[in-house]
Order: sequence, then structure tokens, then C-alpha cells
Amino acid sequence: MRVPVSWLRDYVDLPADVTARDVATRLITAGLEVETVDELGTDITGPLVVGRVLSIEELTGFKKPIRYCRVDVGEANGTGEEQHIVCGARNFSEGDLVVVALPGAVLPGGFAISARTTYGKVSEGMICSPTELGLWEDHAGILVLDQGLAAPGADAFELLGLRDEVLDIAVTPDRGYALSVRGVAREVATLYEAAFRDPADVKLPESGGEGYPATVADPALCSRYVLRGVTGFDPQAPSPMWLKRRLAMCGVRAISLAVDVTNYVMLEMGQPLHAWDRDKLSGPIVVRAAREGEQLETLDHVTRTLDPDDILITDKSGPINIAGVMGGLSTEISELSTEVLIEAAHFAETHIARTSRRHQLASESSRRFERGIDSAMQLAAATRAVSLLAELGGARIEAGLTHIDLTTPREPIVIAADLASRVAGVDYPPGTAATRLRQVGCEVVEDGTTLRVTPPPWRPDLTDPNDLTEEVIRYEGYENIPSIPPRAPAGRGLTESQRLRRSVSRGLAGAGFIEVLSYPFVGHGDFDALQLDTDDPRRRAVTLANPLSSDEPLMRTTLLPGLLKTLVRNVGRGFNDVALFEVGLVYQPRAHAPERAPILTVDRGPTEAELGSLRAALPDQPRRVGAVLAGDRQWAGWWGAGRAAGWADAIEAAREVGRLVGAELTVHADQYAPWHPGRCAVLHAHGPQGEVAVGHAGELHPRVIAAYGLPERTVAMEVDLDLLESARTGVVAPTVSGYPVATQDVALVVADSVPAAEVEAALRAGAGALLESVRLFDVYTGAQVGEGHKSLAYTLRLRAPERTLTTEEIAAARDAAVAAAAERTGATLRA
Amino acid sequence: MSAPNNSYDPVEVTPLHPDEVARMRDEALRAVAEAASLEQLKEVRLAHAGDRSPLALANREIGALPPAARADAGKRVGGARREISEAIKARQAELEAERDARVLVEEAVDVTLPWDRSQRGARHPLTTIAERMTDIFVGMGFEVAEGPEIEAEWFNFDALNFLPDHPARTMQDTFFVEAPSGGPSNMVLRTHTSPVQVRALLDREPPVYVVAPGKTFRTDELDATHTPVFHQLEGLVVDEGITMAHLRGAIDAFVSGMFGAGLKTRFRPSYFPFTEPSAEVDMQCFVCRGASVGNPDRPCRTCGSEGWIEVAGCGIVNPRVLTAAGVDTERYSGWAFGLGVERTLMFAHGVSDMHDMVEGDVRFTSAFGMEI
Repeated sequence: MRVPVSWLRDYVDLPADVTARDVATRLITAGLEVETVDELGTDITGPLVVGRVLSIEELTGFKKPIRYCRVDVGEANGTGEEQHIVCGARNFSEGDLVVVALPGAVLPGGFAISARTTYGKVSEGMICSPTELGLWEDHAGILVLDQGLAAPGADAFELLGLRDEVLDIAVTPDRGYALSVRGVAREVATLYEAAFRDPADVKLPESGGEGYPATVADPALCSRYVLRGVTGFDPQAPSPMWLKRRLAMCGVRAISLAVDVTNYVMLEMGQPLHAWDRDKLSGPIVVRAAREGEQLETLDHVTRTLDPDDILITDKSGPINIAGVMGGLSTEISELSTEVLIEAAHFAETHIARTSRRHQLASESSRRFERGIDSAMQLAAATRAVSLLAELGGARIEAGLTHIDLTTPREPIVIAADLASRVAGVDYPPGTAATRLRQVGCEVVEDGTTLRVTPPPWRPDLTDPNDLTEEVIRYEGYENIPSIPPRAPAGRGLTESQRLRRSVSRGLAGAGFIEVLSYPFVGHGDFDALQLDTDDPRRRAVTLANPLSSDEPLMRTTLLPGLLKTLVRNVGRGFNDVALFEVGLVYQPRAHAPERAPILTVDRGPTEAELGSLRAALPDQPRRVGAVLAGDRQWAGWWGAGRAAGWADAIEAAREVGRLVGAELTVHADQYAPWHPGRCAVLHAHGPQGEVAVGHAGELHPRVIAAYGLPERTVAMEVDLDLLESARTGVVAPTVSGYPVATQDVALVVADSVPAAEVEAALRAGAGALLESVRLFDVYTGAQVGEGHKSLAYTLRLRAPERTLTTEEIAAARDAAVAAAAERTGATLRA
Repeated sequence: MSAPNNSYDPVEVTPLHPDEVARMRDEALRAVAEAASLEQLKEVRLAHAGDRSPLALANREIGALPPAARADAGKRVGGARREISEAIKARQAELEAERDARVLVEEAVDVTLPWDRSQRGARHPLTTIAERMTDIFVGMGFEVAEGPEIEAEWFNFDALNFLPDHPARTMQDTFFVEAPSGGPSNMVLRTHTSPVQVRALLDREPPVYVVAPGKTFRTDELDATHTPVFHQLEGLVVDEGITMAHLRGAIDAFVSGMFGAGLKTRFRPSYFPFTEPSAEVDMQCFVCRGASVGNPDRPCRTCGSEGWIEVAGCGIVNPRVLTAAGVDTERYSGWAFGLGVERTLMFAHGVSDMHDMVEGDVRFTSAFGMEI
């Protein structure tokens, strides 16, 4: 809402030395967010005066007709001589009063005026248009002043109100009253404890008989409905300068006197009005809900199909307005309309809000109705409008009027007199709440320790005790609320899951990975690029109704697309060796979930069953950890060669996550998109429900690499952090033996197809309790072990907790380990 | 065997003559001093301190002296041998020190050589700053609550007193989830972390002191100051005898913990459906502390020369929210706040463009390291 300070001063006796910035600061303190204070006209300087056009000489021979004028500017030019000015506009005559910028003046946009030769004549200044003066947008030509407004030579700044200040206020949804100069003025008057003159305080007519016939079908749609008419309106009458200027300062374009008047009264009082050409109406007006299938072509030339929830204004012809939102085209006021009917109504907020959204029609009118307007001032607003039409447009006000009042008195809100003190934590003196609430306009009945408060009709937002509390506290000053540290009970710190998550993030960063937080939006194209089968469950994704990009309407079911795109972006920026990780949620629709989540009541807490129904509808949202690597994992340097990131790095990253969480992972070969079928591992953990697959790791499929434009041999892993956490095993402190270790190396020959992990598992099982550790230190393939075989060389470390092992014990353990490997994997000792 | 030769004059046993002992000693000491290497010193030791050295041989002659002279001669020879042995030991230490110094110099390396064998990892600054913000409150005894990112509308709006047709509900540019068969699912991407307030209240009995950091979503296109995916830190306290003064105290603790002590804060009335009364909180600019206001010569980029930075929205929990969460409003009241994580990072570390936080460029994230 843009509020000119000069307009505010019409209703508030502000001390003269109060500046717009002072007012802005006070309003901000009181909760009206003044975003900017526009200082209008500060970009205009120098001599700007009233002139009278004495004579006009038409110059010909140019592309357009040009006028050479002699203009009387009084003594303003210092000589009293006539001023000669070339002018391209044609909307003025000899004898007209105009605004002249004399040489030395500067107009908006740094436009400096000087005497110069143009069209073969010396032009000593400029005759100005409203646009050039920054008054309002007008392309009809120069500004012609009313005769008698001022004498030639008079200063034009004051006369035109060129200098003004406008407060631009971002009005929060609860403060609908601030969408009017009236509402802001009342606020300012309260803050400065200055006198307030209510613009709605107009002389209301004695009931002068019947007005235009109208009925309201349902008080739930419209609680008050007023119609007032004028006759003999001059549709050609222009809006006066002050009206255009005020509309322009508020950001409203002037259109015609009748329309400008309705807009002016709306800005002034906050009451949206509608003006009809009464000659275009047929029969009585009925305010009712729309019927299925009804249609209306609105002022914006769109034919709209109406919803039974829309409130309509109808006459015999059918719908003529979508109430409170937009008028119909067929009854629109025109440049020929002489009979004007003004409507001022109070429509139900929620209906207007829904209608505005349903038809995507947000108007100045709907904005005010949906925030809630004064429910009592409709007659005053309509009366103000017809008075202006009479005064400015030569119309006669009709004696009759329509006033349908279906309002019911508001119930008082009962609050404890000290509620504000208790909420603010400030000991306000007794009586403070009552005083402040009366300033707001409430009726307050003090009844011992309670107050019975009836808010004024312009504050529909005040419905709850806490609403009243806010009014008291904000007028008492939020700045007076002290700062007292809260006293929380002893806390339990982070949960295990929260600690582990930090541990994973730090651990992976310590291992050289850089964290990314990518957007969770994906598209079907991502699933194709990942080479997912058509029936892959990961293709079942949550769909957004209004995605930012139609290419990415889905919520991710895997972290990989975001990681891969970030990897590609970094490579594109010249970083070829990249290791990235992300910790975040994926979203998995539940099988057999209901179509929609219930909307529960809010007047009590939900039952367990209700909460269960909410849970059932929401998708599963497990937390995942993903990582991708490309390029070199270790760089070459003066120390020697580097090492490219490979499938093993991805698996190791996954195992590292397992170690960080405290869950041991076992690795098996697997075939799973988007990984290379021969270089993919599935990772298992031992959860409470036994072995559970927690993720995959390895090299990406070449087709995935091609689809995303990834570097060759890019590797990736993704594991489910929630599953890993549940597989976390508690640590029991190990017994540390001080007896000597016995080291045994064994080289085993197995078939190529035998996984090393199985051989190791067999060695562990066979060696028994004496085995401290086993480590694979060499893999050999070649002629010595024969085609289709490999040799795996292990170091076994054996130790007993309470004695030194004998040679026989050591040999027995070793032999048992080898025997187990032989039995389970067909291993033979390498000769 | 001959009888003792009592008339034997020790002076006449030449090697034991004091002059001769002194000569042998001096010769040995000179040789020790002249030994230039450990090898030469070894030879000197053999020659002058070994079993066959002149003084060792002289020592054997002592028995030939009359008993009265033996002690004297023994003292003289022993003293000389001791002197030599000490000189050798000292010279040995000297030469070893010289050798060590030489070897260590030869083994010196260029310790400035880089050892950047693999790249450094880093955590995203939004993660680390959210942890830091969280920990300020954990330090005050708050717990950390969490909730889903795809949320039921009831939690995201209705329970928070966003009435179905109130303009506040449409202000939040919401991502809506489509039902599998099309149409509304009554689920959204949560537009704020506030639904966690209701979840926290359903999960535990008052007193409740929680913060909820998390990801939130609104349909804003990515530009320098907006991102459709962002992060908030919600705070909620529900207890007996709660006032706005405690809320202010908590926010002040956050501001001094995050931006430094002694910064003023100010509360301005505002509006949120789930708090009443509501406030926006500004803190004094931690860079210029207001010195840039009305001072065009010293503009402040951090606060735009306004002197204040908006840090949070907050207020007394609307009793309607407590009712929807099943809390007894006669007994309990509460307050809540919401802090922007991106905003905090932008101010605390001078990030000027949202793209940097979103794109995952390794240069940006690496700069922040492991902790912030």
C-alpha cells in the first residue's frame, strides 16, 4: 500500500516538523513494514512557473506541426518580458494556463532545460506535460491548468504538489485495515497521540426512499449490501488534477472520472466499490452463489466458467459481476454512461479468497476483501463516492438508496486484564490493556480482573485473546520487552542418529570427499540415463503438481543424479579429479498408500489412529549417503606416480561409511543399475532382522557415463544411512594380549571365479580363536598358477591371550585355516 | 731368586723416571689432540692407551722398584694414564659430534616440497553452519527434533493455523505433491521447518525445548538471493510461565553466539499465522555496528548501510497451534522462532550469491574446510 504523507495529513494533525522518515520509523516499530519512503519531486529543480499562453504561431514545413508560443510568465524570468517557447503539443489554446520550465530548470531524469534553437526558433524553456513533471502518466499532451488557479509567474511546485513523500508499506495478511489511507492514518494518529478525522465519518442520508431493487440470498455470502446512484453524470468530465495525482502516487492509473472516483474511495477508506452503467442493468439485483455451468465475460475480456462457490451479482440477464473480484463486461461503465450505480458490499473473505485463486484473478478489490474489510462503512463509502461524482461530474445524487444489513453484532472477547503482561514478561501498570485496546478502537468493559473487549468493525483480524495482546504489547513497544535467557531443563544433547550423521560427514570429508547439497528434483530422463529397467521400483517417484521445470517433476529416489550432475559441472569448470558426497533424503512412495493425506481437525490434538492415517499417506523418506569419484584419487608428483579413482575406491567409501557408523559391511558381487555389471558390489550389514542389503558401489555402467557425459570410469556408491544405523553393533572392549605374535604366510591357489572375500572368510573360520588378523598381501595370476586360476597370499597373525603359542599350535591353526579354505573354496597351497 | 735389591734407585729405572713418564704422557696427549678422525683416534688409543702402550709397559716395571718407591711411581703412572684416557674420551666425543653434524647436514631435505597426493575433502558450509547454529541451542539444553521433507498439509498449514483460504497460505509459494491418479494429495514439500513444532509436541510432553534444522522448499527460481531449496532452523519452547522476554533472551544468546557479544537486537511486530503476538527480529550489523547509517563515506555492504540485519521471525505460539497439537493451553504456553541458514551464512561469511551455495563448485565448498 502506497500512502502519500500529504494525504495522511488530511486526517491526522501531525506536527509540521514530523518527517516522512519519522512516520516510517514509528510505523515500523508498530508493525507496519514501511519498505521505502519515496521522495517525489526531489529530482526537479529550478524555475518552474505558471505561464499564460498569449499567442500561438503554427510552424509548418516540419514532419509534425509545431507551435511557437509567446507565454506570459510574469516576473518569473526576471524581466517581465514574454517568453518564446517552441512546443510540439496541440491540446491547448491561446489564453490557457500552462506550466513552464524556464532555462536552468531540471526535470526528472536529469533533463536540463536551457534556451536553445529548435525548428528554426530560439525556445526559451519548455511547456510541460504531466509525464515530464513526474505527476502522472498522460500522453494527451501538456498540462493545462484550470483558469484562475494561479497568476502567471506563480511558483508551480507548491501549486502542483510536485514535492511529496510516499510511504510504501508491505501489509501483512492480518492487517487488512492498513490497505487504506484511513487505516494508516488511524495508526499514525494513535502513535503520535494526534487528533484523527475519520474520512468515513461522512454525513449519511436520511433514508430517502427505495433505491435500486436488490436482495441477498445468503448472509453467509454477503453481510451488507449498499447501492447508491447518480443521474445526469457527465461522462466527459475529466478527473481533476489532485485526483489524478493522488491515484498516481498510490500507483493507480487514472482512467475516467467514474472509475477514478471508485478507486479513490477504495484507497481512502479501504472499501472496494463497483460502478455500473445503470442503463445496462436489467431488473433487480440478486447476490447469490453461482450455479453449475454459469458463465461470465469479465472486464478483461475472458469468459469464465463459474464455480458454485463463487459469489455472483446477477440481474435478470444472469451474472453481471464476480462479486468482489471483477466486474462483467456487459454492464461496464463507458464514456457514454450518464446513469451510474455504485455498489459497496461486505463479501465473505474466504469465498473471495477461493474465487480469486480459482480464477487466478487477483485484483485490488479481492486483495482487500480476502484480508477483511470494515463491515460497517459500506453506506459511508457509497455516499462518499456519489458525492464526488456529483461534485466533479455534475451528477445529481438519487435520493433513494439500497441498504441491506445482515450483520450480527460481534461477541466480545473476554481476556484476563493482565494477559498482555504475562505474555510480554513486562509488568504493565493496571489499566494499560484497556487504554491501549480503546486506542485500537475496541469497546472495553472492565470487569474485575477480566476485560470484555469488542473489536471495532474495521478489525476483523482481532478474534483471539492473543490478537488483543499483540495490540497492547506493540503500542507499549516491543523494544521494552526485556531479554531473559530461557531456562531449559537439562538436555540430552544430540541423538545417536544425529551424532552419527555428523560423524559420517566429517569422516568422508576427512577421506577427501567434498560435500554437495543438490536439489532433489529429477525427471524421467534421469531414470533412463541411469539405465533403470522399466519396472525398477526407483522409477516410482513422488510427483510434484507444480514443478519449477517440467523436465524435473519428480522427487529423487536416489542421490546419484544430483551428484553426477554436480560432478559434470565441476569437470566442466576444469576440475578433473573430483570426489563428492551428499547426505540427504530420498522419497519413496509407499505401496498401497492412500491417494491423499487426511486433513485433520485443528480444534483438538489428533488421535493415534489419525496420526497413523497421516503416516500411511506420506512417502518413506530414508536418509542416504552417496559418493561419486572421477579422475585421479591420488595425484602423480615428485614422489612418483598417481592413481586413478577406481571401483575399489567407491566400495571403500561405502565401507568407510559403515565404519563411521559402527556397522561392519560385507561385500558381494552384484548386477544393479546404474553400475557396470562386472564391477558392482552390493553391501550387506547385519541388522536386527539379519543380513540386509544397505547399498551398492562400484564403477558406473558405460552407458550411464555416456548419458550424463561423465569422465570415463566414473565410480559411485550409495548406501542407506538409516539401515546402517540400525545395524550398528555395540562395542565390547577387546582383551589386549601381551604374549608374542606368530606370523604365518600362506599362498592359496583358487579358481578365478572364487571371490577373495570367501577365501578370507574360510581362513578366519578355520584358524579359530587364535587368529588375531588376516590380511591379503598379494594377488598373482600367471603361468605359475595356471590358466583360470589366481594365487592369493595372506598373512595370518596368531596370538593367544594367556600364553606363548607353541610351534605345534601355530602349525595346527595354520593347517586348519588352509583346510577350511580348501574345503569351502577348493583352494590349494601354492607349491 | 735374587734377594731384593734394596739399593735399587727408582730413578735409575728409566721408564719410571718422572721425566720419562711426563714425556710419554705429553706425547700421548699430543697424539690425541692431533687425531683428526675417529679412525686416527682409534690408532692413538692403541698406541698410547693400549696394553702395549709405553705407559702400560712402564707400569709393569713398578714391581721392580723397592716397596717404598712403588706407591709413588704407581701414582705417577696411573695419573698419566688417567689423563690420557680422559683426553681420548673427550676427543672421541668431539670427533663423533663433528661426524654426526656432517652426516645430518648431508641428509638434509627440502621440507617445503608439497605432499598434495590427494585432494582435501570439505563439508558444505550450510551443513557446518547449521550445526553451529544448532549447537548454540543444544548448549542451552535444547534437543534437536526432526520431521519429513514431504509433509502432510495438515502439519505444514492447518495445524499451524494457516486457515484453508487465508492469504497467508498462498503467500508461501508451495510445491504441491500430486496424487498418483492426479489431483491433490494434501501433501506438500514443507515450506518451512515449522511443522516440526507440531510433531515435536506430539512426540513429547512439555516442557519442550527443541530446535529443528532442516531443508525447506518454495517455488522460487534460483537467483542471487532466492533458491527453491533452502534451510531453516526452527526453535520451539512450550512450558509453564513462558514470556516474550525469554524468547528475546534466546534470540540474543543466538546472536552473541553466532556473531559476537554486545550486539543489540530489536523486535518489530509482524505476522505469522502460528504465532501471536509475532515479531521480526533485527540485529545490529556486526560489521559496522550502525556506523554506516547516514554516513555515505563509510558504506557497509553487509547491512546495506541500514545498521540492522533481519535475522529471525518469531513469536508466542498461537494457542490454536497448541490446541491442534493436543497441548493444554490453560497450563502451557510457548514461543517459536525461525532462522534462515542461508541468510546466516551469507552474513557471517560474506556469501553474496545464492548460486555459490547451490552449485556444488568444489572451490566454494573447499574454502570452508571441516568446521565453520
